[in-house]
Amino acid sequence: MKIANYVSLIAFSALLIYASLGLPYRGDAEALVNKETSLIGSPVASSYYIKNAYRDTHTPNIVTTVLGDYRSFDTLGEEVVIFAAGMICFLLLRREKKSETRQQ
Amino acid sequence: MKHGSSSPIILLLSRVISPYIMLFGMYVVFHGHYSPGGGFQGGAMLAASILLIRIAVEEKVHQMHFKRTLGIPLGAVGVLVFFGTGLISLLLGGYFLDYHLLPIPWLEAPDLRNAGILIIEVGVGLAVMTILVSIYDNLLEDDDV
Repeated sequence: MKIANYVSLIAFSALLIYASLGLPYRGDAEALVNKETSLIGSPVASSYYIKNAYRDTHTPNIVTTVLGDYRSFDTLGEEVVIFAAGMICFLLLRREKKSETRQQ
Repeated sequence: MKHGSSSPIILLLSRVISPYIMLFGMYVVFHGHYSPGGGFQGGAMLAASILLIRIAVEEKVHQMHFKRTLGIPLGAVGVLVFFGTGLISLLLGGYFLDYHLLPIPWLEAPDLRNAGILIIEVGVGLAVMTILVSIYDNLLEDDDV
């Protein structure tokens, strides 16, 4: 059983490493995501961000611009998720003094 | 679980380190325009500085530092800062979260977007900090509270 676990683990790691060899290098201008037009001829978003991020927001950090401006709906959702996690912890784990006295 | 350490070394060291962690967290929040960083990371560092005091000192003292009841309300304020920034630009005739309509008259449109990003980063940082502290408080609440 243990050997089967190790064999499957190694096989899966080998599969993942083999798959990662096909990924484009970071900043590769020939990669599909960095081209101006996609395979079917429509414009690609990332080239627009790289060209116009500083002109639109006067912010040198493109990551911040994408996170806070172009994709701010997503960031709002993330913040609401964190707030919901805190609310759930508060509602489930807080100590309720009244309910304890009722049980006794 | 019993809070607080009786060792003066831990007490002194955490009291010295905590303000510097908080200062660096604020730097990460406000310098996110120019370097790696932003609300989430900076908020986590601010929470780390508060949690360090929470671990090191006893209950009475750390409740003076940051009250347990403040956690959820300040987190809601952080979310409302973000949401309100979007709502203002929606009410002024643009799209939701379209910062170039924010009512700051002396700024041009790109600088307004810059300011809008800063405002929402502060909101995110506040929410992340207070929610992390609140989760810690709720998980490790003392029995005699």
